Amino acid sequence: MEAMVTAFVEALLAMDRLKIEEMVASAGAKDPLVPIDYLVVPALEYVGEQWEQGELSLSQVYMSGRLCEELITKLPPLTPLPLGDDEDSHSPAARSLRAHNINIGISTLDDYHLLGKRMVCAVLRASGYQLCDYGTTDPTTLAAHVVRDQIQVLLLSVLMLPAALRIKELRTALNAAGQCPRILVGGAPFRFDPNLCQEVGADAAGASAADALELVRAAEEALTP
Amino acid sequence: MTSQRPASQLSPVMTSLQRVLTTLGQSEPDRVPLFLLLTMHGARELGLSIHDYFADPQHVIEGQWRMRLKYRNDCYYAFFYAAIETKAWGAEVIYLDNGPPNCGGPLVRDLESIRQLQPPRVAESPDLRRVLDAIAGLRARDGATPIIGVVMAPFSLPVMQLGFERYLTLLYEHPELFDHLMRLNEVFCVDWANAQLKAGATAICYFDPVSSQTISRPEDFRRRGKVIATRTIAQIQGPVAMHFASGRCVRIIEDLPATGAAVIGVSADDDLGQLKRAAAGQLTLLGNLNGIAMRTWDTAAAEQAVKQAIAAAGPGGGFILSDNHGEIPFQVPEETLLAIADAVERWGRYPLDWIAQDATVTD
Repeated sequence: MEAMVTAFVEALLAMDRLKIEEMVASAGAKDPLVPIDYLVVPALEYVGEQWEQGELSLSQVYMSGRLCEELITKLPPLTPLPLGDDEDSHSPAARSLRAHNINIGISTLDDYHLLGKRMVCAVLRASGYQLCDYGTTDPTTLAAHVVRDQIQVLLLSVLMLPAALRIKELRTALNAAGQCPRILVGGAPFRFDPNLCQEVGADAAGASAADALELVRAAEEALTP
Repeated sequence: MTSQRPASQLSPVMTSLQRVLTTLGQSEPDRVPLFLLLTMHGARELGLSIHDYFADPQHVIEGQWRMRLKYRNDCYYAFFYAAIETKAWGAEVIYLDNGPPNCGGPLVRDLESIRQLQPPRVAESPDLRRVLDAIAGLRARDGATPIIGVVMAPFSLPVMQLGFERYLTLLYEHPELFDHLMRLNEVFCVDWANAQLKAGATAICYFDPVSSQTISRPEDFRRRGKVIATRTIAQIQGPVAMHFASGRCVRIIEDLPATGAAVIGVSADDDLGQLKRAAAGQLTLLGNLNGIAMRTWDTAAAEQAVKQAIAAAGPGGGFILSDNHGEIPFQVPEETLLAIADAVERWGRYPLDWIAQDATVTD
């Protein structure tokens, strides 16, 4: 990990808002979007990996995501730019901007345990993505939202096993409506049973909020012509 | 390799209480004690919905009684569901037909309203009284077998009282309000635990997932969760098991004897052998079968999981076989539970001399 990212991670874990703002401002002196790719994303990925390995706690992951989200939402509005073959369109900042071309939804099912969803939202927003947050809902209502909003990638965070099992109902309802978004899932039941993802008809499971970012990027690449 | 020994070499058969007390004393009983922490399965035994089952303590008494006989369980588990505590505080409970009743929206939405909270009186809560009646009824029916009561730790209850995100904000940004809430929760936790002991519970399981290293940094646990647990457990008038509800604890295990807990509920995410070495005769480990994966185990998988857990933590006593979360999912079939019970009978008999000869459980 680069020294700058290491220092950024240390500032995040210490919840040193001043240092974090200084580093983002410094890295984004010419292009305010550069810190997203060079600082925020690698730092949040590292924090997520460390949590998966038992090196960091959930509270640290949550606070890191929240601090980054606060910072990034202060940046200029992230509006889509036309894609082209010019060199600039391949810059990290331009890649972040292109994230707006994918319709992403996020929800929990029948559950008021919202922290997992909140953490995924923070990491994705801090990485330049925009999401439709459907809050807590049931499979039928969620399927209707997904169809209405033409969602291409649907993220589902669950804590309880019964909620995880209801994803089957959601997939059935979406299939009946002729809508096939990629369903990405996360939460304790999926960590404790790697086969559960396939069982409920989801496309992939992530172990952490940083995993969600990686999965969304992969889905985005697959969906981009 | 064989698990069969001449009858003369087998330990004399103990009662469940003798078995548990022996292992708590860090000695080997006749076999590894089995705590199948079953709650909702009692409804299935009686052909009732989960809602109707928990509505009447007589159902819970009968359900626990039948399940102990069927699965050769070494305890009765008087836990109804976690949200019963927040219901007593005034929150909503949502019933499901295939899972534990869940807490609805948070009780506290505005952190300042914590100042107006009052701990519920146990005797005035119809829900908590049903639990006490179930404990008393089980004790009247069986005077000897351990009955496990349950409380949520003051440090973990706010996840349901406030919602997790609001609680983390409270922890990091409002220390004075956090301290106030902890004082309220400690009063309730101690009253609730002691009421269950008075009704006939043998021990209390103190659920504290927020203290696990999965959720809190070890240094934060030492500053907060540990201090609160130590203060609270000291006021509970019976033995206490501290349970992290699937959260990891290997980095804090050396801190745990000081809390006063005698038993630690451990995660499938932790290395049971490493925990056993770290517990070093000071703590009894409870765990750590993977309850989520258990839904799809066949007989061979159940047997292998039981063997591995026993091989890692059984020798020398100080171990109770259980699941890793403190509640077995409703989706786990009876056949799997019977396979676990059979495997404990076959592989859990002391002395565990099969372990050294079995390549499937050794590195």
